[in-house]
Amino acid sequence: MKVAEDYVIEMLHITKEFPGIKANDDVTLQLKRGEIHALLGENGAGKSTLMSVLFGLYQPERGVIKKNGQEVKINDPNDANRLGIGMVHQHFKLVECFTVLDNIILGVEETKHGFLRHDEARKKVLALSEKYGLKVDPDALIEDISVGMQQRVEILKMLYRDNEILIFDEPTAVLTPQEIDELMEIMRGFKKEGKSILFITHKMAEIMAVADRCTVLRKGKGIGTVEIKGMTPQSLSKMMVGHDVQLKVDKKPAKPGAAVLEVRDLVVPSRQHRNNAVRGVSFDARAGEILCIAGIDGNGQTELIYGIAGLEKVTGGTIRLQGKDITNARIRERSKAGMSHIPEDRHKHGLVLDYTLEKNLVLQRYWQPFFQTRGIIRQGTVREFSEQLIKDYDVRSGRGPVTIVRTMSGGNQQKAIIAREINKDPALLVAVQPTRGLDVGAIEYIHKQLVAQRDAGKAVLLVSLELEEVMNLSDRILVLYEGEIVGEFDPKKTNVQELGIYMAGAKRQGAGGKEAAK
Amino acid sequence: MKKRKPLAENAALISLLASIMSILIGLLIGFIVLLIVNPGAAVEGMAAMLGTGFSSPDKFGKVLYQAAPLLLCGLSVGFAFQTGLFNIGASGQYTIGAFFALYGAIVFQLPWWACLLLAMVGGAFWGIFPGLFKAFFNVNEVITSIMFNWIAMYLVNLLIANTPMILASAWGATNSDRTAALAAANPGAILPQGYILARLFGGSTWINISIVIAILAAIVIWFVLVKTTFGYELKAVGNSKEAARYAGINANRCVIQSMVIAGALAGLAGGLYYLAGTVQYVLEKSVLAMGFNGIPVALLANSNPLGTIFSALFVSYIQVGGSSMQPNFSSESVDIIISVIIYLAAFALLMRHIIVKLLAKKKERRAKA
Repeated sequence: MKVAEDYVIEMLHITKEFPGIKANDDVTLQLKRGEIHALLGENGAGKSTLMSVLFGLYQPERGVIKKNGQEVKINDPNDANRLGIGMVHQHFKLVECFTVLDNIILGVEETKHGFLRHDEARKKVLALSEKYGLKVDPDALIEDISVGMQQRVEILKMLYRDNEILIFDEPTAVLTPQEIDELMEIMRGFKKEGKSILFITHKMAEIMAVADRCTVLRKGKGIGTVEIKGMTPQSLSKMMVGHDVQLKVDKKPAKPGAAVLEVRDLVVPSRQHRNNAVRGVSFDARAGEILCIAGIDGNGQTELIYGIAGLEKVTGGTIRLQGKDITNARIRERSKAGMSHIPEDRHKHGLVLDYTLEKNLVLQRYWQPFFQTRGIIRQGTVREFSEQLIKDYDVRSGRGPVTIVRTMSGGNQQKAIIAREINKDPALLVAVQPTRGLDVGAIEYIHKQLVAQRDAGKAVLLVSLELEEVMNLSDRILVLYEGEIVGEFDPKKTNVQELGIYMAGAKRQGAGGKEAAK
Repeated sequence: MKKRKPLAENAALISLLASIMSILIGLLIGFIVLLIVNPGAAVEGMAAMLGTGFSSPDKFGKVLYQAAPLLLCGLSVGFAFQTGLFNIGASGQYTIGAFFALYGAIVFQLPWWACLLLAMVGGAFWGIFPGLFKAFFNVNEVITSIMFNWIAMYLVNLLIANTPMILASAWGATNSDRTAALAAANPGAILPQGYILARLFGGSTWINISIVIAILAAIVIWFVLVKTTFGYELKAVGNSKEAARYAGINANRCVIQSMVIAGALAGLAGGLYYLAGTVQYVLEKSVLAMGFNGIPVALLANSNPLGTIFSALFVSYIQVGGSSMQPNFSSESVDIIISVIIYLAAFALLMRHIIVKLLAKKKERRAKA
């Protein structure tokens, strides 16, 4: 009896099936009072499903949930709420055009004669925000505040409802390094208060930093629960992936060839402000090398790539691909000229989410004579082609070629995009944050693919915000700051600290990145 | 041996079941409304509504005749839906199509097929404006096309009233508030009955080849959407304009093309209806309902072009049945009942959800047992 009481929440032998896939297969998770418990697993391992079961969004086929040793039934998020369970979703559930305060009280509004009573709510929110160091402006509109602050609003929502079991679903995916540190501090604060935290992630560093224990899922099955003390990032990765993982990319020295992409004095306007987002950038991307654009988010990387890929009109400068001027070419022309593009936002650009996997796999080439005759799609060819790609790139999905892409896990969606773009056999592969939000296994795979493309003599232009990735993968680094190239580096002769100084704009080489233009 | 799929996974069957169940519920509630309006004649009225369509070849001919323009308007709305546009302007395109057809028939004395082509051109012309505004200025197509419905109606009124030759009074009749009867003005513009159809429907004055043309159009649209690269592009734009752009698809061009095709379909509907020779275009004071009736037809079929054939027949059947319920029921209460039935029939999606849930529960219980 005593043992059972140690656990505030127990999920015992949970099984949840979806058509064609067992998302959770006899998974057990026990959360102690006042601990930070990490839930680790690759994309598609079933972490989100398990948490959705706990939060009442899904009903499990088998298994029981206990709170304080008592069996409970959670039919919907309101039940979860009554049991003191709160969740910060990976994609925030906020009303954009409401204020921070209105979002926090939404659903539990106090009213008097049918009118909202904002004053007391405001007092409570301010007190909570003070107590836990969650800085927010209660009267700001959600659409105007940063992602970090939106997350604090989500956390305040849980606290406002006096939840004591807090679920964080991939909370750091959208945060800057500083914001991540703050969040870790806040989580430690909750722990001190006696709240219990479930923390879904696949970032080893974060688990090592805050978690007490960790439950690992792999392909829907519970692999085990371990104390973090005594574990290393390597041993955790191994548990998660099932085999040893190389956290370091293994690659031979680059043999750069001729310039494939020549960018000269490129100017791209900004959608956000009146100034130009890219201000006179010049560089070459050469065959057989991975050229990396590093920089803090929002320094013109997105617009630079939009300009190169043709998604945004450039207002100055020239772009040449394999000697051909493509400055004002249509997107299709650029694609034909040998450009592949793994876009930053796979949901917005990379995929037609309600199309099937096979249709998405031919998105860049359905018009080629191989796939159509006189405008009629050759369905048999499309099927064969997509089955081959699915096999070659190990794209996992519930129903193979006819799976609706929206239902696939993020990692497999990304794999599908990478399969499609690499299979085009491009001269230039543009990859923007290709590993964002992915787990170690998928990251390793994608890194290998990029290196393989380089070794096959392709020019790879990589944009990444993760310095570790930049250092590991690139053969040459350009740092972008406020739309200009402020330095060019050889990853073997620099370090993260030096890059950081340039990324922050505290220093620049020569006048406006002179070396970079060479 | 082929393994039978369990019901829970057979999406097509569930959809069909859901449609049938929602239609039944609609009829039930329609019957309750009948009871409230006129209890004495309710049973008789319901029987008239459900039986009339099949009661004689003539009535069934009327069902087919009215189904053709409904089907095309449904196709117009459904096609635009599939490409991410809400074409609420089918009515205006239909009106312009009708005018072009009648102008061709009466003023230019063209044969029926040329008039139908003109009707399509007219509808397409009217559809291009919402498309252009949407593509280049990002003006919501709903607003533009509603405005264009009214513009179409008054413009056609104006043009007809000011074209003496097109009026009935120029062709031996006395009234000048409507277009000439085609039998007097240009018998060659009246749609042929078709050899087989004429045999099948003996004496029906309603039957002509319009239903065949409409069904052919549905098959063509289905083929375009499902089998061609053009349809692939249109639907990609409809699902995600940004992803389509990324893939090198000219999204703006697709929006315009889609509206042009949707307009041509609605225009053809107008041509088919008024070239039958049984109706004359009367100067209107409100936007024609036919285009709007295309919306439930499309919804009922979940925008599937082939499904539209059946939903159009259903709506037409109910309408023909309804018109035979007078004088026991006023035309207004008949319209209410028809609306109730169609409205509930559009609940198919909800029904589908319920069926799936019920099946899941049953499975769960069986798993426990």
